[in-house]
Amino acid sequence: MAYSNKVIDHYENPRNVGSLSKDDANVGTGLVGAPECGDVMKLQVKVNPETGVIDDAKFKTFGCGSAIASSSLATEWLKGKTVDQALAIKNTDIVAELALPPVKIHCSVLAEDAIKAAIADYKKKQDEKTGSVQPTAQPTA
Amino acid sequence: MKLPIYMDYHATTPVDPRVVEAMLPYFTQHFGNPASRNHSFGWEAEEAVETARKQVADLIGANAKEIIFTSGATEANNLAIKGAAEMYREKGNHIITCVTEHKAVIDTCKKLEKLGSRVTYLPVQKDGRISLDELQAAITDKTILITIMAANNEIGVLQPIAEIGAIAKAKGILFHTDAVQAAGKVPFDVTQNKVDLVSLSAHKLYGPKGVGALYVRRRNPRVLLAEQISGGGHERGMRSGTLNVPGIVGLGAAAALAKAEMATEAARLSAMRDRLNKKFHDNLDEIYINGSMEHRLPHNLNISFAYVEGESLLMGINDVAVSSGSACTSASLEPSYVLKALGAGDDLAHSSIRFGLGRWTTDEEVDYVVEKLTSVVRRLREMSPLYEMVKEGVDLSKMQWVTH
Repeated sequence: MAYSNKVIDHYENPRNVGSLSKDDANVGTGLVGAPECGDVMKLQVKVNPETGVIDDAKFKTFGCGSAIASSSLATEWLKGKTVDQALAIKNTDIVAELALPPVKIHCSVLAEDAIKAAIADYKKKQDEKTGSVQPTAQPTA
Repeated sequence: MKLPIYMDYHATTPVDPRVVEAMLPYFTQHFGNPASRNHSFGWEAEEAVETARKQVADLIGANAKEIIFTSGATEANNLAIKGAAEMYREKGNHIITCVTEHKAVIDTCKKLEKLGSRVTYLPVQKDGRISLDELQAAITDKTILITIMAANNEIGVLQPIAEIGAIAKAKGILFHTDAVQAAGKVPFDVTQNKVDLVSLSAHKLYGPKGVGALYVRRRNPRVLLAEQISGGGHERGMRSGTLNVPGIVGLGAAAALAKAEMATEAARLSAMRDRLNKKFHDNLDEIYINGSMEHRLPHNLNISFAYVEGESLLMGINDVAVSSGSACTSASLEPSYVLKALGAGDDLAHSSIRFGLGRWTTDEEVDYVVEKLTSVVRRLREMSPLYEMVKEGVDLSKMQWVTH
């Protein structure tokens, strides 16, 4: 299979490989895909709670070159965006940027899913944090 | 050392220069049609074809008259299976094969199923071999043909051909084997193995593409096949069409070389293959061999590098030609059906690489491939969420995966 230069570039020089602390309340983690399907993406965002802007993004991906490139590109795009802007990223944007062939479109879908899952996780943590001051969550005695 | 390195000899082989040499005169000088019985051009061509027939027969311990030339092993498999099914349909309609066969056998059987045959696809055990008990149990009074490959093209596993042959013989059932990967690489004899039909291919044997052969037993029993290509009654009426003389000469020359050099070549290649295997094990953890190491072609190695995906691995070693069991080219992401059949799990199937060593592989190349692959595996594992999770003590099999 012939890869586009952009896919090759992301594969050879992946941006933002690594992990952020899952225990940090400001970090959202998305883990999508399955090993038996041949691709698993872990994408993490660290959000500044004051501004709602994504300060940092990291990924780790088990998958083909296009899957690696899709997640690498996603982390690049996420940095500096607000949570709402991040949710607006569409898989078709990734397909266009990386010139993915039709058989690799699922890689971009997975990256979009990973972004959504990471942000959902962040929001859930934030809700829990604010929720924890509610009296119902505190035992009275 | 020249790059890129070719280590995919199960896919195809380069033509040996000695084979090319033998073929050349039959393109321009001795160009006759062997079916031309009334002039010297035809006689020369016929003589060359008969010499090649003898050379091919000698490789597998057969008689020259039992060799039918075809366009390749796919055609040979089609002729053997469809030809037998049609010829013996009065006797029965049941065929036994196995799930790890080449597509040329599987798809032929599927086609016959549509036409009314019944086909049993035997599973394989963890080591890639069929169970003889399961074979025995699958036989019915309607079974006319057993077709089981001699050596697998992905994992190089050798099936118990002699034992299968004995079972088939005892029950009076025809036995066909696709010996494309085995012939010329390991000893293979039609009498010892009690086999009735054998498919061969030139281009897996340092011969040219587009030519192969089918061995059809003439005695004890005399096997008959319904022709699948009609027109002129060439090749004992089993395969019409003007013979590909240069190709056939090439197949003959390749068979003769393979026979003469098999023992030394097998020893050299298995030593190199073992070196490749040992070095990978020295360098990396969590790697798994697919298929039996004991019953295996000397030049094959198939390894799963756990937690890295095969296609991304290939992308990192673009100066080494090997092949991956992961076909990440469709939404379904189907990994190799051969590896799935071993029951090792789809994730390991996605992480597999097939190495096929051959006549021109060197120790230097083996070392280069190990170094290159090791560094790419390490790099991709650094990037792999699965490797990270396993190192953190997560049991991947207990995870709830979000599939798409």
